[in-house]
Amino acid sequence: MSFSTSINSISWLIGGPQGSGVDSSANIFAKTCAKEGFHIFGKREFYSNIKGEHSYFTIRISDKPVNSHVEEINVLVSFDAETVFRHADKVSTGGLIIYDSSLAETVLEEVPTIDFEASNRIRKLLEDSGQSVNLNGMLEFAKSRGCMVYGLPYFEMLETVAQKMNDPKLSKISRVVNVMAISASISLLGIRKDMLISAIKEVFGSKPKLLASNIEAAEYAHTYIGTKYDTKNIRYKITPKDALKDYLLLSGSQAAAIGKILAGCRFQTYYPITPASDESEFLESNQIIDQIDGKSGSIVVVQTEDEIAAITMAIGASLTGVRTATATSGPGFSLMAEALGWAGMNEVPLVVTMYQRAGPSTGLPTRHEQSDLMFAINAGHGEFPKIVLASGDIEESFYDAIKAFNFAETFQLPVIHLLDKAISSSIQTCKRFSNNLNIERGDFKNTIDKNQSEGAAGHFQRFKLDDSPISTRVPIGTENAIFWNTGDEHTEEGHISEDPENRNKMMDKRMKKLDIALEKINQDDKAMCYDFGSDGKNVIISWGSTKGAILEALEKLSQEGNKMKFIQVRLLHPFPTETVKQFLNDAKLVVDVEMNYTSQLGSLVQQNTGREIDYKIVKYNGRPMSTTEIYIALKAILSGNNERRIVLDGGT
Amino acid sequence: MAELKLADYKTTVHNDWCPGCGDFGILNAIQMALSEMQIPRHKAIIFSGIGCSGKTPHFINVYGIHTLHGRVLPFAQGAKIANPDLQIIAVGGDGDGLGIGAGHFVGAGRKNVDIPYLIFNNAVYGLTKGQASPTLRLGEKTKSLVTPNTSNSVNPIALALVSGFTFIARSYSYDVKHLKDTIKRAITHKGLAFVDVLQPCPTYDDIHTREWFQGINKQDTGKAMPRIYKIEETGYDGTIKDESEINEKMTRILQFSSEWGDKIPIGIFYQNELVPSYHERIAENNKEYFAKPPSHQEISDSKNKPIANIDKILDKLQIKD
Repeated sequence: MSFSTSINSISWLIGGPQGSGVDSSANIFAKTCAKEGFHIFGKREFYSNIKGEHSYFTIRISDKPVNSHVEEINVLVSFDAETVFRHADKVSTGGLIIYDSSLAETVLEEVPTIDFEASNRIRKLLEDSGQSVNLNGMLEFAKSRGCMVYGLPYFEMLETVAQKMNDPKLSKISRVVNVMAISASISLLGIRKDMLISAIKEVFGSKPKLLASNIEAAEYAHTYIGTKYDTKNIRYKITPKDALKDYLLLSGSQAAAIGKILAGCRFQTYYPITPASDESEFLESNQIIDQIDGKSGSIVVVQTEDEIAAITMAIGASLTGVRTATATSGPGFSLMAEALGWAGMNEVPLVVTMYQRAGPSTGLPTRHEQSDLMFAINAGHGEFPKIVLASGDIEESFYDAIKAFNFAETFQLPVIHLLDKAISSSIQTCKRFSNNLNIERGDFKNTIDKNQSEGAAGHFQRFKLDDSPISTRVPIGTENAIFWNTGDEHTEEGHISEDPENRNKMMDKRMKKLDIALEKINQDDKAMCYDFGSDGKNVIISWGSTKGAILEALEKLSQEGNKMKFIQVRLLHPFPTETVKQFLNDAKLVVDVEMNYTSQLGSLVQQNTGREIDYKIVKYNGRPMSTTEIYIALKAILSGNNERRIVLDGGT
Repeated sequence: MAELKLADYKTTVHNDWCPGCGDFGILNAIQMALSEMQIPRHKAIIFSGIGCSGKTPHFINVYGIHTLHGRVLPFAQGAKIANPDLQIIAVGGDGDGLGIGAGHFVGAGRKNVDIPYLIFNNAVYGLTKGQASPTLRLGEKTKSLVTPNTSNSVNPIALALVSGFTFIARSYSYDVKHLKDTIKRAITHKGLAFVDVLQPCPTYDDIHTREWFQGINKQDTGKAMPRIYKIEETGYDGTIKDESEINEKMTRILQFSSEWGDKIPIGIFYQNELVPSYHERIAENNKEYFAKPPSHQEISDSKNKPIANIDKILDKLQIKD
């Protein structure tokens, strides 16, 4: 089963030791293909490690928009033995493998970073297929499956490049092997060299020496392949397309950060954690903000001593009226739970951008999971209102970042914007973002009339009990509006109160805001329904970053005559029961797809709508769901599979 | 504007501290300091932690933010960084600031945000009925402890010093004038100011009582021998006027900080305004920070459209032919 059509739809992978330039190589390749007019989806996988462990980047290239990865690899680009050992078995028939020819004799056991479990699997694969347990054996195995292999003597090539540069110091330019590997793959695929050179210029433009050596290396490797190998019979080809007009190539953490800037977030706190820190670092790099009026603004980004300080500092800042956020991942969010309740109790607008990763505890700190849904919804002791909004892809991360602030201020409560590792560290070509959005600040005032301060002791009533549960909010420091906040239950002015009647009124006031949120939030922000010409009987339900892989699987199924529809729940709390019920109205078969063990959304759907989930597709091995494996699982269900719960295990 | 009187800084909220509590003296001193400095009521914000001291803001007629146990410093710093025009005062207990909040105490020292921070230091957790706090010494057994304290005490003055606080002082809750003057100095200090306020807990601390501080029960000579003495009266000046004075002064402060028992120093141990405040550090990279801090920024136009222009950021990420 293949999602690639060999022409203009290719899955390309580069791997290597962490810290050796895998990410920047993948970015150069992605830029090159985007310049050729192709859509890109790139997925990054790495260990919790600084240098040496195996990391890889898969780039999917297509002439149609892509939003997911596939299991198979069509082009495997390597400059170490480990990448070939770990991935060669996934390379498709007719697929290409670029490797370092000087490493051909490398024995599996000689690669120290291949862990025991992986080593055993690779050994078994080679022994079962009668191959020797070294790199040659792996290449022979690939060839036996119809792959084409291309050896490059990187060291000798480096020497040649060094001579051409009149600089004999190889160590200085050793990194250009990355570009040589990319250039070789580009040559084989028929991508124009000029596009690669242009991408290299974009990346290294500010560093003349690096630029020169990389261009030299790219040119040389391109010629080398052309003269050494016959490229006519290669099955995979890229033919130039019209340029993508007004498209961006960016990661999810960048999209969320840019959304925050546009939203008017002017204060962000964080404590370093994977995969959330990228967003804060991007914001800090862009701390001076251009304005449409020609003036400039700024965002203050504060790195705190821990996540408790991150959220409490953010709340303190929010009290001054600024739009404020903090960004974290599961372990940090665990520490934030108590303060989240304080924000709920005191009706403080706050955005917590929560980048999920595989838990529990430290879990798989650099890997993906969607296992914090129930935690996000239930975080904090006691009962208080909060909104949980989950984005499905990079583009949504941008627009939802703005919505998160609008919700936080309109309903005066904490909003948890759920993202995950798969979104944050993936890259994608997205239509250039629009800035035609509204900033909605709700009942927020900067000045208060003296007459409005009319509480029991002539004070402003921050928590006024009247027809609307949403009260006028002012920044601390506003004249005629002195109020108090406390984590204790409180009066309209904000003083401690243990009175039972007041308690009920205040609880009602706060919790009623969730009903108002459900009334006011747009249908599309509650749940999206993607229908592939179905009769509504076969329904997939999911949330978050599985979106792209599900949509593509459904498209393929629909082309084969299996028409289904997909409900993407975006507002997870308060749960949009009516919307989801309506979408599930005609459902005969409901399949829940989630990147966790316990099918958390499935439980929520059942709890809120009463509709039971018929089939569950789950995954918790830390690697995002590919569209391939979702397709296979759905196909199995449609053809009468008896397994009610299918556990996916794809990924390296 | 009409002159603000002491009474203007008082609320009518019922005060439920125990009779004779040292907190009253601190509350009075804060109100007196605000009044003497004529700080507009709406410009002053009292942030507090949890415990008896946490209730302080409710008794002061200015903005009051009663936060979480141990977290008063990050809450207060967030507000002050977002709006440096506010006059923020942080208060909390010794368990609050030096136990559960000790990480923030150190973190705040590293930042040097421009706020005064008062610790109401009574060596016990009063509101939870008298457990040992981080400032109770090893082997001491206050009234409700089952056995003598098995943990040693933290040294607040020394901790503040090594953490980077740029103003470090100690006062005593029953010497309201000294305390009020110290608070005023802490408020006007540029940077993070720490005031360790010694106070008896008449209900749970039967060791460090008012009488104990007064030395009434120290009867060797037949007359009271007050334990507290003022370092200024010994000719000490804690102000750093030049970087070269720091090492010598630090050694002296550590000596002061370890004095306890018969001789307890109070006064301003350290004031160093040569260290840039966190705000000044921000302004190094963000020139308009003081003119346009986060709280003062416009974010939307009259039609509620975003005022930020993200074109340059998007251009960088845009695919170029």
